[in-house]
Amino acid sequence: MKLQRYGLLAGLVAGALALTACGGSDAGTGSGGAQSLSGTIKVDGSSTVAPLSEAAAELFRETNKGVQVTVGTSGTGGGFKKFCSGETDISDASRPIKDSEKTACQAKGITYSELLVANDALTLVVNKDNNWVDCLTVAQLTKIWDKGSKVNSWNEVDPKFPNQSLKLFGAGTDSGTFDFFTGKINGEEGRSRSDYNATEDDNVTVTGVAGTKGGLGYFGFSYYEENQDKLKALKVDGGGGCVAPSVEATQDGTYKPLSRPLFIYPSTAALKRPEVVAFCEFYLENAEQIDKQARFVPLTAAQQETAKKELAALKKQAGG
Amino acid sequence: MTAPPRPVARPDRGIRAARRLDPREAGFQGLLLLSFGLGVVVLAVLLIQVIVQGWPRLNLDLFRRFPSSLPSRAGAQSAIFGTLWVIGFTALFTVPLGVAAGIYLEEYADKQRWYNRLVELNIQNLAAVPSIIYGILGLGFIVRGPLKFGFVVISAALTLTLLILPTVILASREAIRAVPMSIRLASLALGATKWQTVSRQVLPSAVPGIATGIILALSRAIGEAAPLVLLGGLTFITFNPTGAFSPFTVMPIQIFNYIERPQSEYRVVAAAMIVVLLAILLLMNSVAIWLRNRFRQEW
Amino acid sequence: MTHTTTQRRGGATAAGTSLRRSRPRYGERLIVAFLFAAAFLSVLVTAGIVISLAIPTVDFFRTVNIGHFLTGRSWAPLFKPPSFGVLPLVAATIVVTLVAMLVAVPAGLGAATYLSEYASRRFRKVFKPVLEVLAGIPTVVYGFFALTFVTPLIQKIWPFGAPPDVYNMLSAGLVMGVMILPTVASLSEDAMNAVPQALRAGAFALGSTRRQVTTRVVFPAALSGIVSACVLGISRAVGETMIVLIAAGGTPRFTFDPRQGAQTMTAFIAAAGFGDQPTGSTGYKTIFAVGSLLFVLTFIMNIFSIRLVRRYREVYE
Repeated sequence: MKLQRYGLLAGLVAGALALTACGGSDAGTGSGGAQSLSGTIKVDGSSTVAPLSEAAAELFRETNKGVQVTVGTSGTGGGFKKFCSGETDISDASRPIKDSEKTACQAKGITYSELLVANDALTLVVNKDNNWVDCLTVAQLTKIWDKGSKVNSWNEVDPKFPNQSLKLFGAGTDSGTFDFFTGKINGEEGRSRSDYNATEDDNVTVTGVAGTKGGLGYFGFSYYEENQDKLKALKVDGGGGCVAPSVEATQDGTYKPLSRPLFIYPSTAALKRPEVVAFCEFYLENAEQIDKQARFVPLTAAQQETAKKELAALKKQAGG
Repeated sequence: MTAPPRPVARPDRGIRAARRLDPREAGFQGLLLLSFGLGVVVLAVLLIQVIVQGWPRLNLDLFRRFPSSLPSRAGAQSAIFGTLWVIGFTALFTVPLGVAAGIYLEEYADKQRWYNRLVELNIQNLAAVPSIIYGILGLGFIVRGPLKFGFVVISAALTLTLLILPTVILASREAIRAVPMSIRLASLALGATKWQTVSRQVLPSAVPGIATGIILALSRAIGEAAPLVLLGGLTFITFNPTGAFSPFTVMPIQIFNYIERPQSEYRVVAAAMIVVLLAILLLMNSVAIWLRNRFRQEW
Repeated sequence: MTHTTTQRRGGATAAGTSLRRSRPRYGERLIVAFLFAAAFLSVLVTAGIVISLAIPTVDFFRTVNIGHFLTGRSWAPLFKPPSFGVLPLVAATIVVTLVAMLVAVPAGLGAATYLSEYASRRFRKVFKPVLEVLAGIPTVVYGFFALTFVTPLIQKIWPFGAPPDVYNMLSAGLVMGVMILPTVASLSEDAMNAVPQALRAGAFALGSTRRQVTTRVVFPAALSGIVSACVLGISRAVGETMIVLIAAGGTPRFTFDPRQGAQTMTAFIAAAGFGDQPTGSTGYKTIFAVGSLLFVLTFIMNIFSIRLVRRYREVYE
């Protein structure tokens, strides 16, 4: 009888151990891949670039089951903070690295490469039922988003618009999208009104605008492409007329001023590991396929040339 | 001796007729039943909605596939295994600590001493602290701070251990308390030491109650997301944990992740995962209740 | 033969030396020490919570004025220039808690009263588990329910004025009320069960109806326990994270209009946590400052509730 009782307690503990053992046996089993690479690659940063890195990680894992790639979305700024303290291997960024971040990296002795992986058209979206606006000028956008702005209804933007309350959704302060948008629209990176639904997770913006009739939000092009059934993209007039965001308009630069390149920054220390080099090579070599799967704007021909050169340099670095 | 106070004069029909048909009585009872019904109805609606919404994706692929940026390929394997790993370690830590603390408080602690009263007060308080505060504790001490483990399985397990420890201690104490004093006295009378009494008489009798409490506490831990969000559980994880220091995700976090993604197909996957999670919890609670009934002793 | 080993440490007895052990059992002392350490861990945990909250908070208040923190109406800690008025978060927490209690107290009290005073044994056996199931549903599931079912439903049937936004405090509050209902119900039921049957019997003997007994005898007698249950429910509502994170949104907004979305204290902590601030930055410290506020509020409520429980228990034992 006593044995039965103790057996029960022991069984619980043993069961717990057994679960951990059984969980472990799955990872690392079977891969017919020729490369038997293994290791963990920590990627973090922009939530705009994250879907791209996630797609790359997934495709990469199909042939390299032993490599674990984790993709975080702390925002471009958040990602660099971690990157420059050595916590991550690759930083996703929707804007080039800032001087202050360069200094921080230098202080910790972290060197890196800058790889261009896709283009992006920063898209402004409104609710599907919004039938009064199709195009906004940069001046109107500044009026809405600038620091201290008290614009709370649509007819304050343009008297022809109805008196519908304006609900704003956008990127948080750690987001590269935030830096880029405020830099281009408000003239200074980081300068913005603060009473909107700010998030580093662009999915939240999608849900917000899709569910609010007077909603207005901004994020990377792929988030619009993925949710066209719920959202309407606005044309932007950057001085040359109203231009809609699209692959072509981004690549030839007519979508002004909100076209931008997207980067990944692998650290030199990480590149000393074969699995990281393999991942970056995979990323660049298959950029077209990855861009298409994640609904991003692919690289132009000129950019592809640069990418090929960077790839060669990487291979040399790995081989040397 | 005074006579009991005389009842207030009532006309006869008040006593007879009012009994069954008084609208105020029936109304009040109906109101109470209605408020009870609210809980039942909401539960039913919730379960039905979740099952209906998750039905299309409730298949083996959910267990075979990993999270994906393509909703049609998204699955939950990494979350399920992550949950198993984290809960496994949590149980490993919680059981000895919780039972030991329970034994001490019930068998050995002199309730007049200030340090024992402090311990009791602490446990009562900790049981009611919001779970996200435990996340902050984990972030400050385990993930960063002195231990610096990072966002790995063991950080999550340690944090969850601290979270459910008060519950386990409480359950152990009640189970130990339920063992009658006569058992202890008889054992001591036969010459056993205190510890021999506890380990060979009290504890075995209390094990079913303790086991029930542990299972219920663990089932609470399985559903916790808030503290783990702070511990970095929001990364995109497409693999199962390989060790105690491996990055991870757990089911509630993955569900949260899928809810946040606006593509409606992700909502379906989230609903399917919720059904799986609820099924697991139902199983655990049924085991706990079965344990309680099977080994219940009438003293 | 006397056996008094229970009362003495070390095994010595008052009677014959034949029962005295030759040396104390150090092994047992060690075991007891370990057991004490396990129990003392709880004190360490509380200390850990207080320390891990207090140090960054103190640091935080070196750069931010505490008066501004507690009374300011604009919460924008991560923008430039930052603004640290915590009132929007507190207001949102209050609104959601209020809505939740409007659901949980009547429904929970009603359910408890029915179970305690009216229900047959079979009814209890069948339906009491329902409350336990409600209590066991993970909060992330409740959040999902709020966002995908309750919000669209409310938006559809909203009869006057502008319907609530996709992220709103009303949905979150309603669902949170259902989540807290079992807590309020089970503690209230305990309180009502503790009322001695003699009181009821006396009232019935005087000709009271069941309703009168319930409302005029049981409720007042169990009042402190019921209040304690409500306070504990409030404490849980204030500390709840996932439901508000998913359904109430992330805009810090100082408003008491439940149709709007707003960020509560807990939602802010979670959101700031996964933006993943680097150690030592002001953003990192705001997590702890708001966490301290949250801890202090729930701590006060818990102490109050525990005191109440202790008081009513004494009256009848």
